Amino acid sequence: MRIPCPICGTRDRREFYYQGAASMLDRPAAEAPLEVWHDYLHLRDNPAGGTRDLWYHASGCGSWLVVERDTVTHEVLGAALVEACDAD
Amino acid sequence: MRFSGWRVLKEGLTGNKGWRPHWRNPQPKAEYDALIIGGGGHGLATAFYLAKEHGLTKIAVLEKGYLGGGNIGRNTTIVRANYGLPGNSEFYSHSLKLWEGMEQELNFNTMMSQRGVLNLFHSDGQRDAAARRGNAMRNQGDDAELLSREQVRALVPWLDFDNTRFPIYGGLFHGRGGTARHDAVAWGYARGADSRGVDLIQNCEVTGIDIEDGRVTGVQTTRGAIKAKKVGIVVAGRSSQVAAMAGMRLPIESHVLQAFVTEGLKPCIDHVVTYGMGHFYISQSDKGGLVFGGDLDFYASYAARGNLPMQEHVMEAAMTLMPMIGKARVLRSWGGIMDMSPDGSPIIDKTHIDGLYLNCGWCYGGFKAVPGSGFAFAHLIATDRPHVSAARLRLDRFETGRGLMDEEGTGAQHNLH
Ligand SMILES: Cc1cc2nc3c(=O)[nH]c(=O)nc-3n(C[C@H](O)[C@H](O)[C@H](O)COP(=O)(O)OP(=O)(O)OC[C@H]3O[C@@H](n4cnc5c(N)ncnc54)[C@H](O)[C@@H]3O)c2cc1C
Ligand SMILES: [Zn+2]
Repeated sequence: MRIPCPICGTRDRREFYYQGAASMLDRPAAEAPLEVWHDYLHLRDNPAGGTRDLWYHASGCGSWLVVERDTVTHEVLGAALVEACDAD
Repeated sequence: MRFSGWRVLKEGLTGNKGWRPHWRNPQPKAEYDALIIGGGGHGLATAFYLAKEHGLTKIAVLEKGYLGGGNIGRNTTIVRANYGLPGNSEFYSHSLKLWEGMEQELNFNTMMSQRGVLNLFHSDGQRDAAARRGNAMRNQGDDAELLSREQVRALVPWLDFDNTRFPIYGGLFHGRGGTARHDAVAWGYARGADSRGVDLIQNCEVTGIDIEDGRVTGVQTTRGAIKAKKVGIVVAGRSSQVAAMAGMRLPIESHVLQAFVTEGLKPCIDHVVTYGMGHFYISQSDKGGLVFGGDLDFYASYAARGNLPMQEHVMEAAMTLMPMIGKARVLRSWGGIMDMSPDGSPIIDKTHIDGLYLNCGWCYGGFKAVPGSGFAFAHLIATDRPHVSAARLRLDRFETGRGLMDEEGTGAQHNLH
């Protein structure tokens, strides 16, 4: 599995740390109700097929990436910097 | 059809013509008292104990592929009860006791071999942790023995004891742990359930769960609709998809775990040995292959096969621990889809929908749980109350924060177990 880092180019999976679902970017407000935090921290869509997840280019530029992948085929479809995705 | 020494002898002398299929291949009926979704180890054991312990016989197991084609046929077959936290402790202890009686109970040779599980440690800190775990196991009524470096050397002289970076300080030995033949466990429970009247329906994928007024009424399948007032979801790596059919989102991520086997060798590894400085465990199968594995690949996956980096990592751990393995050739490797929970521990519970029950979160350790899980899930489905051994395996523990079972102490979060 190789991941196309927008800064460094396509690199071996071993250079990256995997964090999990990109829904982690939608952090609730501190005072949000318990269910919202539970949802955010624990519950997952866990799709079989297309997914968006967070990878950290630890042995590269140190960027957080949103990677689009297929969990059934392991095909990597693309990657973008979190900053770009999370601009709002 | 019962197995016995006489029967084997007789069949051997008469050309093995008397053996019959071990279970029927029935058509699904329109309605059952209870449906079990998933014909893996846990689903088949649940059906068996529903019939045996609770007298329910109008039940069916619905399996989308063939019986035993999931993780139950893909694991490294390690059985143990060496957990440290309440919840896991009593559950796995109960499960191990069921393992010890399984072959008699099923009249089936599951090749249960209590060859002992040896967990190595490589520092003073790890020794303390092993001593603590050993005490927790003994308090639970199970066996554990703290072995010195020389005692370990007497058992397994071929390890690299003086490895510069990770010398072996000793080990925690759990003599009642061991291995079993994974397929035979599925087949034994399947045969036991079928002979008690349970319909095992293969090539039958559940595609929808019918709910009316907050109560489950049945399921939709690729072989038609089937009604039932009670439905148990036991689909391991596919838990999120099936629960979504009932509108639920689960605290589960599916990951790939790989395993490896070498060509058959003469007996050389008598126990299950685990490395303490990297995730690596090994035993020798009855055919002679060295069966071993390591960590998850560590990314969400449904591929049932892994990538090369983890293979390299596992081989490195193997060579570090036991250089002699370098002479063996790897024959095959494969992967399975693991239902990972945030705290690394399982869930056996009701859902908010009446009559719908959930069994998942087995992570990479659900083989040893097969009898205990089937027993407890059957109890829950039949009586609507949790069995004492599994009362702490609650679905709501993540939301409430009460009763989390984070054995590794790394935090109850996805991707940490
Ligand atoms: C490589 C590897 C090594 C492992 N090593 C160990 C070990 O040493 N010790 C240990 O204790 N555990 C181990 N495990 C874990 C253990 O194998 C699993 O936790 C356990 O088998 C899961 O329960 P199961 O047997 O019921 O799952 P499965 O056998 O996966 O059963 C689930 C079944 O549900 C079916 N299903 C899914 N969706 C549907 C649907 N919509 N409709 C109908 N049916 C459906 C699937 O086809 C499957 O047959 C290992 C796992 C792997 C992959
Ligand atoms: Zn980069």
